[in-house]
Amino acid sequence: MSDALPPAAARTAWRVGTVVEARPETGSARRLVIDVPDWPGNDAGQHLDVRLTAPDGYQAQRSYSIASSGSGTRIELAVDELPDGEVSPFLVEDVMVGDKLELHGPLGGYFVWMPQSVTHDPRPVQLIAGGSGVVPFLAMVRAHADAGDPTPFRLLYAVREPGDVFYRQELTHLAASGLRLDYVYSRTAPRDWPVPAGRITKDALAGFAIPASDKPRIYICGSTGFVELIAGWLIELGHAAGDIRTERFGGQ
Amino acid sequence: MPLATSAPSDSEGSSERHSEMTHIDGNALAGQLSDLFAFDLTTAIGRCVNCGTSGMIGAAMVYVASPGTVARCPHCGAVLATIVETDDRIWLSLAGVTAIEVAKQS
Repeated sequence: MSDALPPAAARTAWRVGTVVEARPETGSARRLVIDVPDWPGNDAGQHLDVRLTAPDGYQAQRSYSIASSGSGTRIELAVDELPDGEVSPFLVEDVMVGDKLELHGPLGGYFVWMPQSVTHDPRPVQLIAGGSGVVPFLAMVRAHADAGDPTPFRLLYAVREPGDVFYRQELTHLAASGLRLDYVYSRTAPRDWPVPAGRITKDALAGFAIPASDKPRIYICGSTGFVELIAGWLIELGHAAGDIRTERFGGQ
Repeated sequence: MPLATSAPSDSEGSSERHSEMTHIDGNALAGQLSDLFAFDLTTAIGRCVNCGTSGMIGAAMVYVASPGTVARCPHCGAVLATIVETDDRIWLSLAGVTAIEVAKQS
């Protein structure tokens, strides 16, 4: 493959972190800030595994994207509660400031964004999120803004309804300072929204995504069904499969 | 680190990041593989034994189904790797991958 290999990631390990902030993100999601004293820092887009252990020893483990990046020891997650989940209901409903969590990370160097000063790749970047799939992109758009990186960035964010948008305020702020931000609403659109609510179409995607002629690097994160749909259309629209990186989190 | 209620192990993989009917990406194997390798295998480039295509392991199609995980080539669908894990052992097969290329630690 022609992709340059990324720098070897910081060594991962199981670590114990302390929840230092917890607040509602949406009606079903919660934002958590966790202090991990021996966290080695992480790249934008990496994930971690959270492990919970019951009194009888039963363990459940799930992966979550990290909304923060850089060298700090405080990491941020935004977790959407899945009603039949084993880990997310605990993180959204039960965990409290001061509680400790077992974390494995940072993990994965595949779905990461590095600044142009590292990659020397000036091509634009298109991010496409379905629902809570926006979390790794928060890390990327924050890192992009913090680095003053000249790479053109565009985020297409598909959600069911306005109340489901994660980080709305921060995204609005970033959109005022260079990020191109587009929302697609599948169930309910805000009043006066120019496009009626409905499932995203190939034509809408073509209108919101950086055209294939600009050869963007594309990241897609969402449910498996969403990612399959979008990635398939992008190929039909002329994008190279090798320019598309995906992170599916299962489901339809 | 508490988990309020014990759930039967056959519910593992039925929700959250995993679904038995659909696949996820090789990137999701980073945690499991980091227990076995000193480098991030998901950013390593591997060649599919079946079709000869090279690509990052992070781009493989991963099917999570008890008791194991299967990674398939995104081009031809051949099995690249299988991982089976119990409480105290891991079995890893990379029988479908050859010529793994890894970035040296700097």
